[in-house]
Amino acid sequence: MAQLFTKDTQAIFWNNNASAIQRMLDYDYTIKRKTPSVAGIVAPTSSNKFEKFFWGPDEVMVPLYKNTAEAKAHQPQADVLLNFASLRTAYDVTMEALEIGGFKSIMITAEGIPERLARRMNQAARDKNVIVIGPATVGGIVPGAFKIANVGGTIENIVNSKLHRAGSCGLVTRSGGLFNELSNIIAINADGIAEGVAIGGDRFVGSVFIDNLLRMQDNPEVKYMILLGEVGGTEEYKVIDAVKSGRITKPIIAWCIGTIAKYYDSGVQFGHAGASANAASETAEAKNKAMADAGIYVPATFNDLPTKIAEVYGKLKADGVIKNIPEPDMNIVPKVRRKKEFICTISDDRGDEATYAGFPISSVALPSTGKGIGDVISLLWFKKQYPKWATDFIETVIKTVADHGPAVSGAHNAKVTARAGKSVVESLVTGLLTIGPRFGGAIDGAAEHFKYADDNKLSPAEFLNHMKKLGIPIPGIGHRIKSLKNPDLRVKGLMDYAKECFPATPLLDYARTVEALTTSKKENLILNVDGTIGILMVDMWRALGYSEQEINEFIASGTLNAFFIAGRTIGFIGHVLDEKRLDMPMYRHPMDDILYDVQMADEI
Amino acid sequence: MAQKAIREFDAKSILAKHWDKYFPNFTYAYETVMVKNGPGLREAAIDHAWLNDKKLVAKPDMLFGKRGKNGLVLFKDQKPGDVTLVKAADWIDSKVKEKQEVYFSFDGETPSGNPSVDYLTHFIVEPFTPHEQAEEYYISATVVGDDDVLYMSAEGGMEVEEGWEEKVTEVSFKITESEDEIAAKIKANIPADVADKDKAAFAEFAIGFFKAYRELNFAYLEINPFVMQGKKIELLDMVAKLDDTAGFLMANAWGDVEYPTSFGMEEKSPEVLAIEDADSKTGASLKLTLLKPDARIWTMVAGGGASVVYADTIADLAGIEDLANYGEYSGGPTTGETKFYAETLLDLMTRKKDAEGREKILIIGGAIANFTDVAKTFTGIIQAFEEYQDKMKEIGMKIYVRRGGPNYEKGLKDIKEAADRMGLWIDVYGPETHVTDIVRMAVEA
Repeated sequence: MAQLFTKDTQAIFWNNNASAIQRMLDYDYTIKRKTPSVAGIVAPTSSNKFEKFFWGPDEVMVPLYKNTAEAKAHQPQADVLLNFASLRTAYDVTMEALEIGGFKSIMITAEGIPERLARRMNQAARDKNVIVIGPATVGGIVPGAFKIANVGGTIENIVNSKLHRAGSCGLVTRSGGLFNELSNIIAINADGIAEGVAIGGDRFVGSVFIDNLLRMQDNPEVKYMILLGEVGGTEEYKVIDAVKSGRITKPIIAWCIGTIAKYYDSGVQFGHAGASANAASETAEAKNKAMADAGIYVPATFNDLPTKIAEVYGKLKADGVIKNIPEPDMNIVPKVRRKKEFICTISDDRGDEATYAGFPISSVALPSTGKGIGDVISLLWFKKQYPKWATDFIETVIKTVADHGPAVSGAHNAKVTARAGKSVVESLVTGLLTIGPRFGGAIDGAAEHFKYADDNKLSPAEFLNHMKKLGIPIPGIGHRIKSLKNPDLRVKGLMDYAKECFPATPLLDYARTVEALTTSKKENLILNVDGTIGILMVDMWRALGYSEQEINEFIASGTLNAFFIAGRTIGFIGHVLDEKRLDMPMYRHPMDDILYDVQMADEI
Repeated sequence: MAQKAIREFDAKSILAKHWDKYFPNFTYAYETVMVKNGPGLREAAIDHAWLNDKKLVAKPDMLFGKRGKNGLVLFKDQKPGDVTLVKAADWIDSKVKEKQEVYFSFDGETPSGNPSVDYLTHFIVEPFTPHEQAEEYYISATVVGDDDVLYMSAEGGMEVEEGWEEKVTEVSFKITESEDEIAAKIKANIPADVADKDKAAFAEFAIGFFKAYRELNFAYLEINPFVMQGKKIELLDMVAKLDDTAGFLMANAWGDVEYPTSFGMEEKSPEVLAIEDADSKTGASLKLTLLKPDARIWTMVAGGGASVVYADTIADLAGIEDLANYGEYSGGPTTGETKFYAETLLDLMTRKKDAEGREKILIIGGAIANFTDVAKTFTGIIQAFEEYQDKMKEIGMKIYVRRGGPNYEKGLKDIKEAADRMGLWIDVYGPETHVTDIVRMAVEA
C-alpha cells in the first residue's frame, strides 16, 4: 500500500468524540469528499442510533453502534479504526479489532497504555499487517483525501497550512503539536505535504519512523521527506541504514529535538515518555550527527529548519522533480450553522415532484406502474422496495383486517361518537384509540412470543409452560367459535398464500406445532388471524434478509400493530359514514344494561 | 515517564508478596526492614526479633548502586558478619548526620567524575548471610528494543560488569512467545558455569523470576547477587524499575510503592508537587521541572514537543545557565488549570530579581494547537497576570508570546490588551512567526 489513505477511505470512530468527528467532516466537505470519512461511531454507552453532524451548511447522520463488531458488520468498507478509547480500554479495543479483521490501519490516541500491553498490541498488529499509528498520537493525514480526527486543528489553519490538498513532502514526527507546526512551516517554505504521520510519544509505538518513510519512498506523490525525531531510542538509525543501503533514495530533511537533554542527567524527563537517552548514541546530538554523516539534510538548529526546507524544496523544484501544484476548488464551511430540529428519511417534497423514498409519487401511484398499496407501504414504512410476494402479502393483510363488524370495541366507539354528531376524523380516532394490547394487539404479542420461543428453541410444551409462568394466555391462539374442524377461512387463505409464495415459513411451521398441542387440549385453541399475521410478518422479514435484531426492533416499535391500524381505519371510516348516512340520534346506553352498585363513601 | 525506579526494599517486598506464585519450590525468609535513622532501626527491632538475634548488613536504599565501592555497606565491625543491632543503628546515625559524597561511576576501585552530595535518608537492614562465593548468582531482565531480555550468570556480585561479555548469558524473547517456549529457551541457555547439580534449580528459579518480571510489569529487575542454597534463596541486592503506566492494573500487586527522586537531585519543591497533583487529576497534561530557579528565562510552553524545542533553542541561543525551568501544559487544560499553572510559575519567577539586574524573560510559547482552545487557556494566563502584575513589574519582566491553533487570534489579542492595560511589557506573535523565533528576539533584545 503506497498510500496510507485515499479519498474513499472511511473510518470507524471508537468513542463519540463529537468535536473531533465534526472536524473530520468539515475537512471532508472542504475538500469535496463524496462520503463522510467517518462511516460509523462506536458508542458503547449511548442508547441513540445516530449522531447528527454538520456537512457544510447541511447535516448528515452518522450511525452509532454498541461495539466494534457491530460497526464493522454494518460498515464493512470502513478499513480504518480510530481508537479514541481511554488508556484503560484502548488495548482491548485494538485487540478486538484485530480479531474482527478487515482493518488496514488502527490509530490509537491514548497516552500511557501499560508498556507490556502496548508491545503485545503493536506486535499483534504487525503480525496481521495492520498499520498502527500511535499510541499517544494526534494521528495523520493524507491531504485532499483523509484526515484523522484533530490533526491540523481548525479548518482555517488547515487551509493556511495547505493541508487541504496534496503537496510533495512526506512528514513523520513523534510529536503531534509539532506535526501541526511543521505542516505550517512546510506550507510557508515549500508546497505542503503529500502524507504525514505523527507516530506518537509513548516509548512503544506501532509504526515507527522507518515504516512510514519506506511507504513514502514508494509513494510517487512524495518527492522528499521530513523526519522530526527526538532524543531517546534508536529508530533514527534504522532510517540511516535505509539511506545507506539505497532502500531510501528520496531526499530526507531531519532533526532530532531534545539537544538540551545532554545538560541534565536522566532525572529530568524532557518531552514524551519515549524521550530519554539510555546510551550516548541515543542523544539528539549523536543522532543528528549520524544522520548528517549519512547524507541526510540536517539543519544547524531547530530554528534553522525552515531555511533548510526552503533550500531542499527549491533545489527539487529547480531540478524539475517537483512541479507546480494547481490549487483545487474548495467548499467553504459556513461560519454560522444551525442544527436542524427535525429529520426526515422517508420522503422529500423539495424537488419537482415529491418522492416516496426516492421514487416520484407518480411512479408508484398510477395504475400503469403496476404498483399497489403494499409497495407504498414498503417505501414509506421500510424505505425498501419489497418484492411482489411481500407487497402482495402486505396488501392481503390490510384487506383482511379492514373490518370485523360493528360490535368490536373500536367500531362501537366510532359509531357512538358519530351519533354524537362529531366529524369523521373525530369519530375515527375514538375508534383507533381502542387499538392496543387488548384490541388488535395480539399481532404484536404473537410475533413477540412465538419468535422468542423459536429463537430460544423451546419445544411447544416448554413454550406453553413459559407462557403459563408469565401468566398470560398465548397471544394469537384461540377463537370464539372457530376450530380445526371449522377453520377460519381468512387464516387458511393467509397460510396457503405464504406456503405458496414465501421462500420459507419457519416461524409459521413452529407455530403450527404449538397449535397442534393447544388444540389437543381444547379444539378452539387454534392459531387465529392475529397470530397468523404476526407470525407471517416475522417470516416475511426473515426471508427479506432482516437481522433478528432488526425484526425485534420492528416488533418493539409497534410496526405490526401499524398494519392493523392502517387496515382497520378503512373499516372504521365505513362505520362512521354508515352512521352519517343513517343519521341515527345520539346514543344512550340502556340503564337496565348497567349493574349499579354504589356505596356511601367512607370518611377518612 | 513510564519507567520509574523503586527502592530495593519495595522491590523485595513485591517479590515476597508473590513469592509462592513464582517460586513455589523455593523459600525466601523476607527478613528486611527499611529505616530512616538509628532510632528507627531500634524501633523496628520490636516487631522484627531477628534484628536482635542475627548479625546484620546495613546499606542506603536510595536508588544508587556501587554502595560497596562507596564504602556505604556495613557488614563488619571487627570482622565480616559481626554487626549487631547497636552497631548498625550507630552506623546509620553516623551516616545521616552530614551530607555524604556518592560516586556513580568507578574506574576499577577509583571513583571517576564528580560525586553527588546529599543526605542519606533511607537504609535497608537485613541479616548477614554466610555463604560460599560459588552459591552467588546473577540474574536480571529488561526490555531491549522490542524484546524482553534475560541476563544470567553463574557469578554474582559487583564484579559482573567487569567481565560482562564472558560471564553473562543473554537470552531474548519476543513479546508473543508462550510460557512453554520461554521456559524451554531458558532451560536451554543456563550459563555453562552453573554447576551441573544446580542447573535444574537455577533454571526453575530463572523461569519464575522472568515470569514475575513480566507479569508484575517490572521495566527492569536485577538481583545481583542472589544466593541459592538448595531450595533456600537469599536476595542480597536488588535493583528495580516499574512501568508506572501499568499502575492501574497493579494497584494491589504492587502495594504502596514510592518513586523516590535520585540521590543528589533536589527534592521536589512544593510547587512542583502541586503541579504533579493537579496533573494527576485532569485529562490534560501539566508538567513542571525546576532547573535553575534563579535563572533569567522562564518558559510556559504548550505541548510536549514544543516545550523541548523551546528548551533546546534557549540552551543554544542564550546558554543553559539562563534556563530556569522546563515544563509544558497540553491536552486542552481548562481555564482554571491554566491559571493555576501560570500562577505557580509567576510566583516562582517573581521571588528574586535577576542577579545581574537584567529583566527576566517569560516565554509563553507553543506550536499550532490541534484542539486546545488558545483563547480559553490564555484567559487563565491573563487571570494569573491580574494576580501577579505588581510583583511582575517590580521584578522587571518581558513577555514574549507565540501561539497558533483554535481561536488563537482572540487569544493573542486578549493577552496583548490585558498586558497593555496592566502596564506589562509584551510582544505577541502568531503562526506566521517561526515557533522558536521569539527566543531569538528575546535573547537579541
